[in-house]
This record gives sequence, structure tokens and C-alpha cells, in this order.
Amino acid sequence: MSLLTLEHLTLRHGLLEAVRDFSLTVGEGETVALVGANGAGKTTLLRAIAGAHRPSGGAIGFDGSEITRVPAYRRVQMGIALVPEGRRLFPALTVEENLRVAMQRKRPGRWTVESVIEAFPMLARLRGRRAATLSGGEQQAAAIGRALITNPRLLLLDEVSLGLAPLAVEDVYRSLANVIAEGATIILDEQDLTRAAAVADRVVCMLEGRLVLEGAGNELTREQITEAYFGLRRTQEVDA
Amino acid sequence: MTWVNDVIQGIMLGGFYGLLACGLALMFGLMRIINLAHGDIAVLGAYLIYVVLEHWNTSPFVAILPVLPVMLLLGYLLQRLLLERSLRSGLLVPLLTTFGLSIVIQNLLQQGFSPDVRSLGAQAGSVATASWQVTSQLSIPAIGVLTLGVAVIIFGGLQLFLSRTQPGRQMRATAQDPDTAELVGINSKAVYARATAIAVAIAAIGGMFLAIRSDFYPYSGPTYLIFAFEAVVIGGLGGSLWATLLGGIVLGVAQTIGGQINPEYPVLAGHLVFLLVLLSPRGGLVNLRRVTA
Repeated sequence: MSLLTLEHLTLRHGLLEAVRDFSLTVGEGETVALVGANGAGKTTLLRAIAGAHRPSGGAIGFDGSEITRVPAYRRVQMGIALVPEGRRLFPALTVEENLRVAMQRKRPGRWTVESVIEAFPMLARLRGRRAATLSGGEQQAAAIGRALITNPRLLLLDEVSLGLAPLAVEDVYRSLANVIAEGATIILDEQDLTRAAAVADRVVCMLEGRLVLEGAGNELTREQITEAYFGLRRTQEVDA
Repeated sequence: MTWVNDVIQGIMLGGFYGLLACGLALMFGLMRIINLAHGDIAVLGAYLIYVVLEHWNTSPFVAILPVLPVMLLLGYLLQRLLLERSLRSGLLVPLLTTFGLSIVIQNLLQQGFSPDVRSLGAQAGSVATASWQVTSQLSIPAIGVLTLGVAVIIFGGLQLFLSRTQPGRQMRATAQDPDTAELVGINSKAVYARATAIAVAIAAIGGMFLAIRSDFYPYSGPTYLIFAFEAVVIGGLGGSLWATLLGGIVLGVAQTIGGQINPEYPVLAGHLVFLLVLLSPRGGLVNLRRVTA
């Protein structure tokens, strides 16, 4: 049963086509890793799925209904949550307020302020601290918690490890493993290929806004992904 | 002793300016809209109270009760029908929109109520004129104490609302990052409409005190807009709400002390303090903290 369907999606930033004619189906419970160079369109694609970027063409379907024109705050209610690039916590709100503010349109489910803090123990002593004073890893944990607290069916993670110390990345992924084990559907944008392939059922490679390669995480070789990542194969085709 | 008296009168006058400035600060802090019609909205509130009093022989403090829900609704519609559309085109367009709205309100009031000068002081009864004579040179007027008390209650209530309730948290989150607010399930347009409704209703409370303390006519708005605006700036643009009340008090004290030096100076003294604050390197008493921080 597919949870998310993208049909011929085209996304623009002004005149620039960031994502072109992109189609993808994601099944319930699947973990998909998006890989691709900077500027490949991953962030724009995730923002469009969350409703923060209006498509200029194509359609987005979620759980059987078309949501292409549904505003972002309603999609939260339907079960789509995005952890945005750069965390984007509300800086002057405390960690607990950042979590509580997302509870307006939460769906019923197991995630509450308490269970998020249980899943990310480092947040326990930071509850009353302003988000602006947190370290990168702590902010990332709070940002993931803020998305989880809406009890999403589809969790979108944009650059979760960007700018984090290796140890903090370990922490974040350890917590994510629990979420994945519970059957959440996840699309994540990850620069670390090894990690992407390890955590995901399926790897989707983007190049200049197009889908250039997709396959099961354990079947694709590093070479295949690297070729797609840098567009080597296409260049060879052009050469040939 | 006259100086003590001036400072005390100034503080109470500052409560009045704080009430007028409250909604202005709220809208600026949340949406970066400078509402040039804010003074006229306060005057509109005074006229609505006047209309209620024509049909119902009571005090303005009672007559404002049916006016408040009307003002909440007007504020909500103002945001949804005018400002929301203006905001899409950048920050300059809402400024022009509220400038136009200011002229429209003034002219409609002139059409509906004639240019006659009115006051609600008489209907307010003894509250408007009573005072406590502390010493021969120090007397504390009841209306001043009441104005300041209401201002403290409204600022305190709004602060509690922003820090303790879910709609208040949503307002602070939206003020800080509207884009991300939408991503966590907040309908920012609804938040804006709620805030404008509150701002307009508080303006009507300011308008009530305006009408009791002195007189008003259809074009009274802009003068009071300037005082309210100065209170917001002295408090620190986009500063915390309490800073706005403090800004109003600084302005009030400056005006009464200016008036003590020379009866022609009160407004000038207020403007001078405002300019001094603008020229100071910090540019406001409490700088760079957003309304909602």
C-alpha cells in the first residue's frame, strides 16, 4: 500500500527548475534515503512534500487523496512532518515550548512531551532552556522531537547530520533507529552514503532535479551511487 | 513637591499612552505591520461607545462591553480582508493600506457623526473628576489611577496569554519564524487575524479613556497615533510588551515635566525624548528583543 505518490512533480525557484518531472512512490513503513549533490533538489523536494513549497507542475498524493494544494499546517494534521534543514527551532522559546507548540494539530499516537524526552534523554535537562542556547546536536534532537510529537505517518528529515559532531550524529541515528523500528515511514536526505545505504530500505539518487538511480539500500553498490551522484554515467553516454 | 506631582501625573498619563500603544506593538512585533490607522481605530472605539450611550443611559465603562466583541470582529476582518492580502506584497504595502484605512475611517466618522467635538467625561460620572488630595501640591486623580491600573492588567494579561497558553505560544512561534510555524501545524494567517483582533479591541479600550480624559472628534486619531508610536519606539522597537508600557510612561513623564517648565512645552518635550532615544546608540530602552521573547 503506497503512502506517498509523487507524479511528474516540477518545482521552481523563480526561473530555476529545482526539481523536474519527478515521480516516486513510497510505501507505508518504508525508509527512503535521498542522495545527491548540493543543489540536486532534495531540500526543495522535501519542502514540497511538507507543503512549504508550491509545485508548478505535477501532483502529490498522500494516503489516497491528492494534497498538491493543501497548506502545510493541514498536512501536519494528515500526518506529514518535516524536520527542516538547519533545525529551525523557535529560538526564543524553551525546548519544552518548542515541543508543545507543535501539539496543536497532532494526531492521536504515542508521542507526547514525555515520550519524546524519553527517546532523546539529552533533552531532559534542557526542557526549560531557550532553544537558541542549545548545541547543534541538542537542537537536532529537539527538532526531530518537535516533528515526532505530531505523531506523523510520514517523517521527512532534511540533512539531519549537517554540522553535527560525529558523536552527535551517532546519537541522533540511534534514536532514529527506534522510530524506524516502530514502522514509521521516513524519507531522509543524507550526505553520508554509507549511512544512507545502511539505514534505508531504498536509496533514491537525484541529479540536477531528476531521479537518476533508485534501488534497494543493500543492493546498490557504492560505485553505482557515486556515478549517479556526480552524473558520471550520463557524461559517458554523452561522450559515447 | 511639584516635581513629584509631575512625575506621578506623568506615570498615569503613561499608562494611557501604553494602552494606546499596546496593539500597535503587538501587530508590529508579530507581523512587522505599522498600523497607521491605529489612532483612528481607537477613536472609532470611542464613537461606538458614544452610540451605545445614546441608547442606554449608563457609564462608558459599561457601554464598552458590547463594543469590545464588535471591535474583535472588526480586527479579525481587517486582517483577513485587507492586511493579509497586503502582506503578500511585502512590508510597504500594509503601511499604505493602513494609511488609506486611516483616511477612510476619519471620513466615515465625519459623515456619520459630524465634525462636532464630543467627550464622554460627563457620562463617566465622578470617576472623571474625583481625586485624592495627598498634600496641597500633590493630588492623585481617580481616572489616572484607573487608566494605569487597566493598562497594567491588560499588559500583564497579554503577557500571561503569550507565555502560558497554547494560542500565545503559537503567536510567539509565528513571530519568530512564520515559515517553520506552518510546518509544525500552525495556521499563521489565523494567528495573525487573532492578534489583530486583540490589538483592535485594546485600541478601543484606549479610545474609551481618550474620550473620558479629554474630547474627541473624527480627526483625533493621528495625534494619538504619534504618541502611541513614540511609546513603542522609546520602549524599543519590537521590544517586549512591558517595554512598551515603560515607553509610554517615559513619554508621559517627559510631557508633564515639559508642561511644568512651560505650559507650551509638553508635546515638544515628549518629541525631544523620542528623538533622543532614536539618536542613542541602543535606539530604545529595551532593544532587539521581540515582542514575544
